[in-house]
Amino acid sequence: MNPLVLAGFTATSCLGRGLRQTTEALRSARCGLTPCRFEDVDINTWVGMVPEIEHAPLPRAWLEFECRNNRLAFLGLGQDGFLETVSACVARVGPRRVGLFIGTSTSGILEAELAYRHRDPHSGALPATFRYATTQNAFSVAAFTRSVLGLEGPAAVVSTACSSSAKAFGSAQRMIAAGVIDAAVVGGVDSLCLTTLYGFHSLQLTSARPCRPFDASRDGISIGEAAAFALLERPSTRGDGNRIALLGVGESNDGYHLSAPHPQGLGARLAMEAALAAADVEPSAIGYINLHGTGTISNDSVESTAVTSIFGAAVPCSSTKGATGHTLGAAGALEAVICAIALQHHLIPGGANTITVDPSLPLNYLTSSKTAPISRALSNSFGFGGTNCSLVLGKFA
Amino acid sequence: MKDLVAYVSGIGVKGPGFSDWPEAEAVLARVRPYVRADTALAPPESLPSTERRRAGRVVKLALAVGLEAVRRAGSDPARLPAVFASSSGDGDNCNEICQTLASPNRELSPTRFHNSVHNAPAGYWSIAHSTQVASTTICAYDASFAAGLLETLVQVTIDGAETALIAYDLDYPPPLRAVRPIPAPFGIALILQANPGRFAIARLSARIHTAAADRLADPELEALRASIPAARGLVLLEAIARREPTSVCIDYLMPETLLIEVTPWA
Repeated sequence: MNPLVLAGFTATSCLGRGLRQTTEALRSARCGLTPCRFEDVDINTWVGMVPEIEHAPLPRAWLEFECRNNRLAFLGLGQDGFLETVSACVARVGPRRVGLFIGTSTSGILEAELAYRHRDPHSGALPATFRYATTQNAFSVAAFTRSVLGLEGPAAVVSTACSSSAKAFGSAQRMIAAGVIDAAVVGGVDSLCLTTLYGFHSLQLTSARPCRPFDASRDGISIGEAAAFALLERPSTRGDGNRIALLGVGESNDGYHLSAPHPQGLGARLAMEAALAAADVEPSAIGYINLHGTGTISNDSVESTAVTSIFGAAVPCSSTKGATGHTLGAAGALEAVICAIALQHHLIPGGANTITVDPSLPLNYLTSSKTAPISRALSNSFGFGGTNCSLVLGKFA
Repeated sequence: MKDLVAYVSGIGVKGPGFSDWPEAEAVLARVRPYVRADTALAPPESLPSTERRRAGRVVKLALAVGLEAVRRAGSDPARLPAVFASSSGDGDNCNEICQTLASPNRELSPTRFHNSVHNAPAGYWSIAHSTQVASTTICAYDASFAAGLLETLVQVTIDGAETALIAYDLDYPPPLRAVRPIPAPFGIALILQANPGRFAIARLSARIHTAAADRLADPELEALRASIPAARGLVLLEAIARREPTSVCIDYLMPETLLIEVTPWA
């Protein structure tokens, strides 16, 4: 594929608002997880929560979109001059030539979960204040973001569980390549809700401690929430060497099981190979792998098998989910931004919380961050339904 | 933008009064009158028995239309990239989960949870056919059909590979039915190719436009089209069924539409 420049990017998670706080946290491999105090959830687990959401209502103009997920999107959009970067692009190419592709797994389902507690005792009706289209429907976060950014180009929500916002880069890239649009805002927004907390708990996949990806004692995930965005454009001129580009997207299916990965990581391998092929680079060109690394016993061991089958055991890698929690549909975009930070700051993030790397997983897993120049990074995102997506990002020289 | 061009080589349809494409084709070509009947959904034979037991109505619907289109196009679903498009996914499952989470005992069943992902039909489809090529699942509320068609046309244009569009929507049970009144299950699947193969029946040439979306003349069919996001595609199917060169506009993100020139093939 032809490289696309990230003309702007930003991330907000439990590590902080915007790039500066996120970068500082990554530099010290700080963990942003806290014991779960979300709503009245009675599960013994840790979460990657963005506490500012509670005190950041949407401006009146967007009252109909008011919900935790859109609040998180708004908070994220407001960082790092992203609104201004997009608005300059819109002024240049026109609002109809800028697409929008957002990944989310649960969007504003929390609104429906809470509305079901207040049904009319006689009719069973949901409270009149409940707004389906602008909160619960998966597209609501895209409709909201499109309105905030003043975009009029093609838009869609990609909702493929935990690969959602990685795959949003794929949709955007194809649409630009086909000439339908000149630029695209891509992103991932997923917020805490009861469905995912109780759901992962039902599968016995939530850890009672902060998650410890690739640790010998790992025993499950910590759920997080995040909003991460990037503006993708065709490179107009030769770069100054410090611009970050999307070089490759690779997607695949396991075709194996709805909630368990293929035992040999076949789908994961296919996605990584496809991303490398799209970027036209050899595995040896990759200087850092941001693993999917959820912290479950099976995910990490299967991913290790798939990664070593392509890259061997030398390439530095880590999962940043020990720091951010598993932000589900937002993870692909969040971790793409983390790769962009790694490339820009020569910062290879170490995995937070992991003390003793599982000796049966022969990867060069970093438990502390280090400074080293890298020119290309790969990010993995895998999800329920057996959906896999890998991205290759790099310096655009 | 340059028009996006693709050839339709297979169609699958299921909805109230439509059990398959030949039945829908006859009605849309005005050979037969429309007779409304409940959408019949059978368990997908292609699924292994464990998955078949776990498959809800939305999986039956998506797999049924997908499989019909694949059979008519003579395609191999194991090698077929697919775009799944749905506004609301599995409303039955969503309702059950919300009920449980609002009850004193919030314990969810693991199957309910893994079925809750928007890409569950895509997951079951890939398991049924051991598909390792990519699929995606998108949502654009009322514009989901056109957004899915656009994504499919773009994939065919960029990758040159035969690709399936599988668009479907389920009616919500109460109380969500009151806030999102989708009246019945409805699904449309199209197999699109970059070049006309043996089974090509129509050539599509599409671009984003601003003319108003076309409607259907029959009031009952128009009611379906206007109330079920996946049924917005009926206007396109009507144009294909008539077997005359024409152009149609289907609803996209308001105020935009997708203008499609439809040319009969073979």
